[in-house]
Amino acid sequence: MAARDRHGPEAPWGEFQVVGKANRKVDGLAKATGEAIYTDDIALPGMLHAKTLRSPHAHALIKRIDVSRALALPGVHAVVTGRDMPTPYGVIPWTPDETALAVDKVRFVGDEVAAVAAVDEDTANAALDLIDVEYEVLPAILDPEDALRRKDVTIHASKKGDNVSKHVRLEFGDVDAALAAADVVVENDYSFQGTTHTPIEPHCAVAQFGANGLLTVWSSTQITHYVHRALARVLMLDPARIRVIQPCLGGAFGGKSDPFSLEFCVAKLAMISGRPVKMLWTREEVFYAHRGRHPMRMRYRSGAKKDGTLTGVDAKILIDGGSYSSFGLVTTYYSGQLLTGPYAFPTYRFDSTRVFTNKPPCGPKRGHGSVQPRFAFEVQFDEIARKLGMDPIEIRRRNFVGENTTTVNGQRITSNGFLACLDAVEKASRWKERWGKLPRGRGLGVAGSMYISGTNYPVYPNEMPQAGIQIKVDRSGAVTVFTGANDIGQGSNSAVATLVAEELGMDHRDVRVVSADTDLCPVDLGAYSSRITFMVGNACIDAARKLRGQIVAAVAAHWSVAPERVRMIGGAVLDLGDPSRSLTSREAFHLAETKFETLGATGSYNTPTLGGDYRGGTIGASPAYSFTAHIAEATVDEETGRVDVVKIWCAHDCGRAINPLLVAGQIEGSTYMGAAEAVMEEHEMNRFALHAGPSLLDYRIPTSMDVADFEAFIVESVDPEGPYGAKEAGEGPLHSAIPAIANAVFDAVGVRVRDLPITPAKILKGLRAAAAPIPGR
Amino acid sequence: MKVLRLRVNGDEVEAAAPAHWTLLEVLRYRLGLTGSKQGCDKGDCGACTVLVDGAPTLSCITVAALAEGREVVTIEGLMPLHRKAGGSGPDPVQDAFDRCGALQCGFCQPGMLLSAKALLDRVPDPTLQQIREALAGNLCRCTGYTQIFQAVQLVAAERAGRAPEPQSWRRAGDAPSGGECPFREGTVPQTPAEV
Repeated sequence: MAARDRHGPEAPWGEFQVVGKANRKVDGLAKATGEAIYTDDIALPGMLHAKTLRSPHAHALIKRIDVSRALALPGVHAVVTGRDMPTPYGVIPWTPDETALAVDKVRFVGDEVAAVAAVDEDTANAALDLIDVEYEVLPAILDPEDALRRKDVTIHASKKGDNVSKHVRLEFGDVDAALAAADVVVENDYSFQGTTHTPIEPHCAVAQFGANGLLTVWSSTQITHYVHRALARVLMLDPARIRVIQPCLGGAFGGKSDPFSLEFCVAKLAMISGRPVKMLWTREEVFYAHRGRHPMRMRYRSGAKKDGTLTGVDAKILIDGGSYSSFGLVTTYYSGQLLTGPYAFPTYRFDSTRVFTNKPPCGPKRGHGSVQPRFAFEVQFDEIARKLGMDPIEIRRRNFVGENTTTVNGQRITSNGFLACLDAVEKASRWKERWGKLPRGRGLGVAGSMYISGTNYPVYPNEMPQAGIQIKVDRSGAVTVFTGANDIGQGSNSAVATLVAEELGMDHRDVRVVSADTDLCPVDLGAYSSRITFMVGNACIDAARKLRGQIVAAVAAHWSVAPERVRMIGGAVLDLGDPSRSLTSREAFHLAETKFETLGATGSYNTPTLGGDYRGGTIGASPAYSFTAHIAEATVDEETGRVDVVKIWCAHDCGRAINPLLVAGQIEGSTYMGAAEAVMEEHEMNRFALHAGPSLLDYRIPTSMDVADFEAFIVESVDPEGPYGAKEAGEGPLHSAIPAIANAVFDAVGVRVRDLPITPAKILKGLRAAAAPIPGR
Repeated sequence: MKVLRLRVNGDEVEAAAPAHWTLLEVLRYRLGLTGSKQGCDKGDCGACTVLVDGAPTLSCITVAALAEGREVVTIEGLMPLHRKAGGSGPDPVQDAFDRCGALQCGFCQPGMLLSAKALLDRVPDPTLQQIREALAGNLCRCTGYTQIFQAVQLVAAERAGRAPEPQSWRRAGDAPSGGECPFREGTVPQTPAEV
């Protein structure tokens, strides 16, 4: 297998033809014209509509469910409850603690209890009212500290009789000694609130169970493969009789990574009723489905020498997981494992505990598990710089971990453009001229971060490739690429087309991409952990390079020249030794098909062996890391406490921009999402375990009036193992936006907000408490 | 059940629907025009925005009967109406969104684009503040709006025959691009007649 082969980061023919150009997306105009079909746009003949009955209690036993009245309602075709699908599952196979519908216990307000398929939504909703459920209400745990302390109430069956979802403690070097030897130690508590994804498209699924016994599920999922596996397990069907398709997807950000109740329910309801079934969640249901950013309470203690060099970092983190495991095992590791760059930590310890609470389950949100610790550390780093009287950019440079190195926890860093990122934002923001010289009420803050380009930890253990590609060549001159990867709006299909076009010297508009259909496409592990560009990209090059070899060989034989003289470029095939001679791609395909018979190629990618040699050492171990630096400029009104983020500069090292327009879009989108988490968003449950405001009006994501001016800089460190040198861009640029804003607020008025979000109330409280000069100004 | 007589994207159409149905329901479930999206079903997100007599209107909270006797334009109508008016390719606003990277997941864009179109029809050369205000009712979670602003500015600039605003991104080390925008020239997809 060529999976672990290195293709090298250079252009196939010396100079890139398609890569690096700000080309249109493959599906941009389809989206601009309404032509693109999303899951809810699918209508099948005779299709029923399904609705979900949800728990009104945060924690209760289900004593009895009677669906007979609902089934008797005219227009109702099927009703399912937990007993119909009792097999537990979990996206992480080690923690299967979810069921399609609650079997004997509900664990949060909104937990799914039953589902109805009826001729229309109104009838289905009416039927929900006719389902009789008898609950025995249990005490609910809403606070993670309570969850840690209490043993009288357990949310899940637990060997230790507690509410701990996962505990990880890892220490690298003697942290206590290193901190004792430091010239300055800063220790503080930090907290990150819960936030949620709010894709504009609500979750939706459609199922059809054919008379031939084939189940087809269309779902707004970002991981088709895991939905496929979970459906087979829960429905107890042969996976070979299931097809999962992800239509055009209206945003995800991690919120569509788990298999969800609605996918199992539409499938089961279709199997029972013999009719296609659709379920579209309401916006309120999306808020309760959640799987968003984990609230974290974090104690950090960091030490540094007088010159700013870090000696050690010690973290203790309490993670509020909500009611189910979801990706929580990984979250718990990520909360510690992903902090060890871009700065060198000589010693490091983290002790992270994820607990269950009776709230909507948390999961992966853009920058999974590492955004919260990054906020805490980057703010603490700013505090250290202030104590030492150092420029916060300078202290970050001084602790740079370097390239081609290994971090304290055993992660292999290859390319690293962090210093170039710092340089870019420092210059663009005129930091040197302005930092420390702005009038009170206006400040600048800086922060840095790193993130994975996929991880070598597949969620279920296997030695098969993490990414696969098939290419089909048509006599028309078009090429179709089949990929299991999920384009969730980030443009992965466009990246696939670009890479194949580059390798085959084609016009990229002649490359079609078919994606995320388990019947048509080779397995890919999906859109998470920022893995697609790196992993699928390498698989694309792998497949296309094999195909190119055949085409070049056929043309060389046709011309009776050495293959080295044959170059595929710009939709043509040239003879480098005879400029008068050329073929179109189409003609070359014909020659190759004549010589080698029907053309096609497969390619794959798997990670090399990575990670530290200890339990959990592979979690967070990535074949390449991206790096980011942000500078934020903020104003603070000292009378009202109002914070305005005026401008953000972000530089991101993505290795190489396969399409800079799309990279820029990811940098901007990430930064803006982070900025909103800093000052606007809060996914909170009240004391009744009800969402504080489950609507897009109450949960404040930014409008066009709220976003700061923005400048993005693309740094290209050219990774030795990335596809043509590329790394990730979709999640990294979120992290440091948040601490950069917090640090700017401190620079403006001297108020150190360590508990997100930064609200006027916290500013005013800080101003009253401080009323003191700003250190370092 | 009520028989509605509507004018949608230039066509006279009839549809029977419950009297309480919204314009969005009639468009999506009766007329098969699924381009208008349902993101919240309560007028918060703007994904369902259509033009009614040229004004951006939240179709998910507009009773369909209120649209009778008015001119409704959905996202599906923009390109055909542009062609009917003698244009080629997609509507320039659609094209600019594509050129500027304003379309990520695309779910908010049918509404966003129509709000932008309505603004540009009313104010040919809007300021950034006018653009921000005109799009304030259309939530986008992917882009951070910057590339959307640039798309609207690009349409206005090309209409006025002037260089567009500098884009908000560049490769580190490159000089500010001073108005360079991808696909300035010659890349509008050709209509079949022009191929």
